[in-house]
Amino acid sequence: MPKITFIEHDGSVHTVEAEIGSTVMETALKNDISGIVAECGGSCTCATCLVHVDEKWFPVVGPPSPEEEDMIDTAFEITPTSRLSCQIKVTEKLDGLIVRTPAYQGR
Amino acid sequence: MSDTIKTDVLIIGAGPVGLFAVFELGLLDIKAHLVDILDKVGGQCAELYPEKPIYDIPGIPYITGHELTEALMTQIKPFGATFHLGEMVTTLEKIGEPAFRVRTDAGKTFEAKCVVIAAGGGSFQPKRPPINGIEPYEEKSVFYAVRKMENFRGKKLLIVGGGDSALDWTLSLQPIAKRLTLVHRRDEFRGAPDSVNKMRELVAAGGMDLKIGQVTELEGGGGKLSAVSIKDKAGALSRVEVDAMLPFFGLTMKLGPVADWGIELKDNLIPVDTGKFESNIPGLFAIGDINTYPGKLKLILSGFHEAALMSQQAYHYVYPDKKLVFQYTTSSTSLQKKLGVA
Repeated sequence: MPKITFIEHDGSVHTVEAEIGSTVMETALKNDISGIVAECGGSCTCATCLVHVDEKWFPVVGPPSPEEEDMIDTAFEITPTSRLSCQIKVTEKLDGLIVRTPAYQGR
Repeated sequence: MSDTIKTDVLIIGAGPVGLFAVFELGLLDIKAHLVDILDKVGGQCAELYPEKPIYDIPGIPYITGHELTEALMTQIKPFGATFHLGEMVTTLEKIGEPAFRVRTDAGKTFEAKCVVIAAGGGSFQPKRPPINGIEPYEEKSVFYAVRKMENFRGKKLLIVGGGDSALDWTLSLQPIAKRLTLVHRRDEFRGAPDSVNKMRELVAAGGMDLKIGQVTELEGGGGKLSAVSIKDKAGALSRVEVDAMLPFFGLTMKLGPVADWGIELKDNLIPVDTGKFESNIPGLFAIGDINTYPGKLKLILSGFHEAALMSQQAYHYVYPDKKLVFQYTTSSTSLQKKLGVA
């Protein structure tokens, strides 16, 4: 199974296994990553699962869709590699992915 | 007070579970008023996933949040519930055994024999930007809603956001503001194209300013804002003098005033029994995502079940001298009359 590393705002590092076909958000919730809220449950309608994708990994993950980009408007402290983790599907290619969670998800 | 609204049951929250409670109460001849902070019915189904499919409503293989809301509104139509939308319940006090007085932020007062809290994840409230030291300015020079446009006449305004709220208020307040600056993180807007065009025309004509970036710092004192710093994509800072800032970053769910009503809470949820779905205060019920009990699942179908059982107990409070005879809608002429089909 691919491994994903979440680096939380407080510096804590969690490397966890992710199921192919699930999302990075679902992986975070399964593993109690506190920086991911996911209020809407993965509908791309709340922007409370924002992550900053590691710059080296961003070309692999790719940019957000226009719909996701619209939702990112309602998040905070956005960087050029910000994504909503519910919109990142786990694939073999993402083995080793590193994402950072923000200090604040809007609630 | 003469303008107090008297009702059998007041339901707080007009999401799917609050709406279905109208049906179950209605079958038992119990009238209900509903209050919801959103300006539309449907709760999360309407606000968070109107177009997303729901696959686990029994008997309905596939339905969107919007369609489910519409279907529930059709189903409860015979019971003539009254809706008070765009209002938040602020206070709740016990005035009888049971009876409650409830007030909203729109100045309404209700007296209800029972209150049903069907508030889901809480109330939808504006997202607050995480800018250092923003709290002292809130409601003094930082506003998350426009209550009176006149308050902004002749002021230097900063509006933040890229959706319809930000654009609509930009267009409405631009004519009366001394100077208006719209700040958005990118030069693309998700609001209605017509509003975007109008805004761009104003910018081109010099009637307002558009800045691309994120607000990072506030300047001022004693709740009075004087300037903000805006960081652009390249990281360069610019400073804009402002009297008031209006951030529009959408909504998030907060428990809100429910926490102040003296109800026993556990992890921001209301513990209930699984026979009546009543809180620690008799006559005060909690159904749907806001309650908790052993084995609780936050599913719409669980909330529907909870609404049905809650109604049985509410009947005993509303009609203490009557005996409740359980009936089926399929076979009971009296229920069919209430539904308007007999």
